Amino acid sequence: MSFLELSGLNKRFGATAALGGIDLTVEQGSRVAIVGPSGSGKTTLLRIVAGFDVPDEGRVVLDGKVVADGPRAMPAHARGIGVVTQDGALFPHLTVGDNIGFGLRLPAPDRGRRIAELLDMVELDRTMANRRPDQLSGGQQQRVALARALAIRPRLMLLDEPFSALDTALRASLRDEVSKLLGAAGIATILITHDQAEALTFADKVAVMRNGLLQQVGTPRHVYFQPRDRMVAEFMGDCLILPAVATDGAASCALGLVPLAGSGEAGACSIMLRPEQILLRPAQGSAAVRESETPVRLLRIDFAGRTSTATVALETGGATLTLPGVGSRGLSEGGLAMLTIVGTAHSLPG
Amino acid sequence: MTTTSMAGRVGGGLQRQGLAGMPLAALAVAVSFGSLLPLAFIALVAVQTGWTVSAALIFRPRVAELLANTAWLVLLTVPLTGVFGVALAWLTERTDLPGRRLWRWLAVAPLAVPAFVHSYAWISVAPGLSGLPAGVLIATLAYFPFMYLPVVAALRRLDPALEEAAASLGHGPLRTFMRVVLPQLRLALCGGALLVGLHLLGEYGLFAMVRFDTFTTAIIDQFRSTFNGPAANMLAAVLVACCLALLVGEYRLRGWARYARIGAGAARAPNPVSLGHLTVPALLLPVIIAALSLGVPLLTLGGWLGAGGVAAWLSPQLGSAVLQTAVLSLSGAALTTLAALPIAWLAVRRPGALLRLLEGSNYIVGALPGVVIGLALVTITIRVAHPIYQTVWTVLLAYAVMFLPRAILGLRASLAQAPVSLEEVAHSLGRSPGRTLWSVTLRLAAPGAAAGMALVALGIANELTATQMLAPNGTQTLATAFWSLSGELDYAAAAPYALLMIIVSLPLVWLLHAQSNRLAGR
Repeated sequence: MSFLELSGLNKRFGATAALGGIDLTVEQGSRVAIVGPSGSGKTTLLRIVAGFDVPDEGRVVLDGKVVADGPRAMPAHARGIGVVTQDGALFPHLTVGDNIGFGLRLPAPDRGRRIAELLDMVELDRTMANRRPDQLSGGQQQRVALARALAIRPRLMLLDEPFSALDTALRASLRDEVSKLLGAAGIATILITHDQAEALTFADKVAVMRNGLLQQVGTPRHVYFQPRDRMVAEFMGDCLILPAVATDGAASCALGLVPLAGSGEAGACSIMLRPEQILLRPAQGSAAVRESETPVRLLRIDFAGRTSTATVALETGGATLTLPGVGSRGLSEGGLAMLTIVGTAHSLPG
Repeated sequence: MTTTSMAGRVGGGLQRQGLAGMPLAALAVAVSFGSLLPLAFIALVAVQTGWTVSAALIFRPRVAELLANTAWLVLLTVPLTGVFGVALAWLTERTDLPGRRLWRWLAVAPLAVPAFVHSYAWISVAPGLSGLPAGVLIATLAYFPFMYLPVVAALRRLDPALEEAAASLGHGPLRTFMRVVLPQLRLALCGGALLVGLHLLGEYGLFAMVRFDTFTTAIIDQFRSTFNGPAANMLAAVLVACCLALLVGEYRLRGWARYARIGAGAARAPNPVSLGHLTVPALLLPVIIAALSLGVPLLTLGGWLGAGGVAAWLSPQLGSAVLQTAVLSLSGAALTTLAALPIAWLAVRRPGALLRLLEGSNYIVGALPGVVIGLALVTITIRVAHPIYQTVWTVLLAYAVMFLPRAILGLRASLAQAPVSLEEVAHSLGRSPGRTLWSVTLRLAAPGAAAGMALVALGIANELTATQMLAPNGTQTLATAFWSLSGELDYAAAAPYALLMIIVSLPLVWLLHAQSNRLAGR
């Protein structure tokens, strides 16, 4: 039995359905990321788990105990679930120390010691305890919010885009830190994010959400390399999608015959390739074309540092392709290049 | 505005940070100095009276008795208005109480009924009503909206995420309210308490009608018998001390904390608390308060109007009183708000000792009863500024001095709403401080400023004593006409004036209500 089980969760706000039947399980000590574009209902889902909202239908079972069954629900304060929101929601009238100690019910000396421990845990200086929340930077505020939520030794931690207000470098480092911290503490965690890279790095299990429905749930690799459909494929990262005709174990497309993962049905389909599966090599003069390679003419390169987007035309005529995420080294617009497919393509329905 | 916008252009080169506010500071000092004149007048009279006479007039049983009366009045009424204000605000803002929209209106509406009309209604119902209980009862009913309004505004500004955070940390609704909501209402409660307290100290009509002696009623009694004799002035000096005590008390309670919202993004509208089986008992509170604060005045008024019949409406004085009241209150409110602007802006953006002092002095002056300011302005205009003696300017000046705190309070709260970062963005886009103030800060603060202006106009429309003393001969406002008629116990003839005062005040109640809605973006 899973630690947290969501089954058949439905929630409407007036005429719009925020959640249209959500089933999800979270294992003890695991990390789940719910990723989706804004307005997909992911925050609503989190609020229902936290107890801030109630579902119209469906059940939330936490550690074998029903905490919500339709609109009848256990209040948030009885659930013992930690929450960290996007802006931290620190109490402006309390000091950092009092914010962290808010949920503690300990006598004075123990309380102070615990607050100090928590400050250490989130790597904040102990002297910060006397500061006011508005004297902290965004990253520090999030650390305080995390310490405050950890203070109650939560059974489950809910993170609602806690890193999205931070700058890129800080976001990545804090994310890794939080991931380690929660992993070490063995606290099951749900992370809500609209950033697929964040979801892939953070979680053991990724749930892709759109229009109030979970489109796909699986390991990061599974969701990334074997998306269920075009939407998931595109949402989880750059990709090249080509119309193809599948035969046994391979697909014939503009790039020739490409090996296909799994044993999909034969016939017309689309195939998806991730950027790291597509290699572009500058062609030296009229060097011999290896069998696995397709010669292409570089029409345009949109340089973006480590990876760039290249627009190429097949030398054999016909299709123009836009290839995301290629290394641009040695390539020049107007030049000839050799394109190689690495690994197997993934077939998508339609 | 023109002076302040100059600052940006003049400072083409390097400029010390903080100098941008200098013209505003100068204006603020000028306004405060002007408003301090009545206080200076009292001090002057005290000096002229001499210590022995002053001491004899101050340290006597009568003063002790008045002091006790005033203290009891404040200590009982302010907490009561606070309890009613918070309870009503919470019920109408945070619960699924049936008819919340209606109760919101009815919680603001008592402001349309002047305090002395509340009294007039209650002594019509219960002629035996007098003394402290009567004073506390009527004052609570008349003034609790002053608590309700800021508390509602603060409740709406509160980010529900904070309450959710408290819940996720294991706090039930009651503990969350006590530890998270109430502390954040502190500024609103302090502001409201100060306003109510100052009204209690300054109100004359309400307490005179129920024969409850406060410093203000005693000063007016003295003034009636000895004109501007030293006895009245010494009582006024003690009253000033009381106001000072109130101000210091509020300052202590408020502390220095700035409860800025941390974090970005608009606050989500909170989910209303479901009252369930408590709905009926919860409904009793707004029903009882509305019955006492609105039902009693309107029913008695209806009774007197019926008794007076059409004849009471045919008095030629009536129409001219309406017109004069409108002109005086609107021009007075505009003048007062303009005067309050520099002080309010500086108080929010450049808090410091000097501004605290200026603000404080304005509160003290604003707490003085109309008769003290009237008395002071009579003397000053006779001695120094004779050309404006007994002109409309003197009255408007008195209004500005008296109602400055109201205007500052409204402006300060709404200026605090406008984030500093927006001003900074405007600066970065090349707007001078003056133009930023005008095009960003004031635009954002406009609803709050309008509310402050409404409160001032409301106060002026119902102002009694200063108008009586300072207005040019022949000026008869609704309030003064009502007072003289009810003083002659001609309650039926007075009723149309009371009704008109209420009607005149209704748009202002609407404005306050609408403003508090806009604040919440609803």
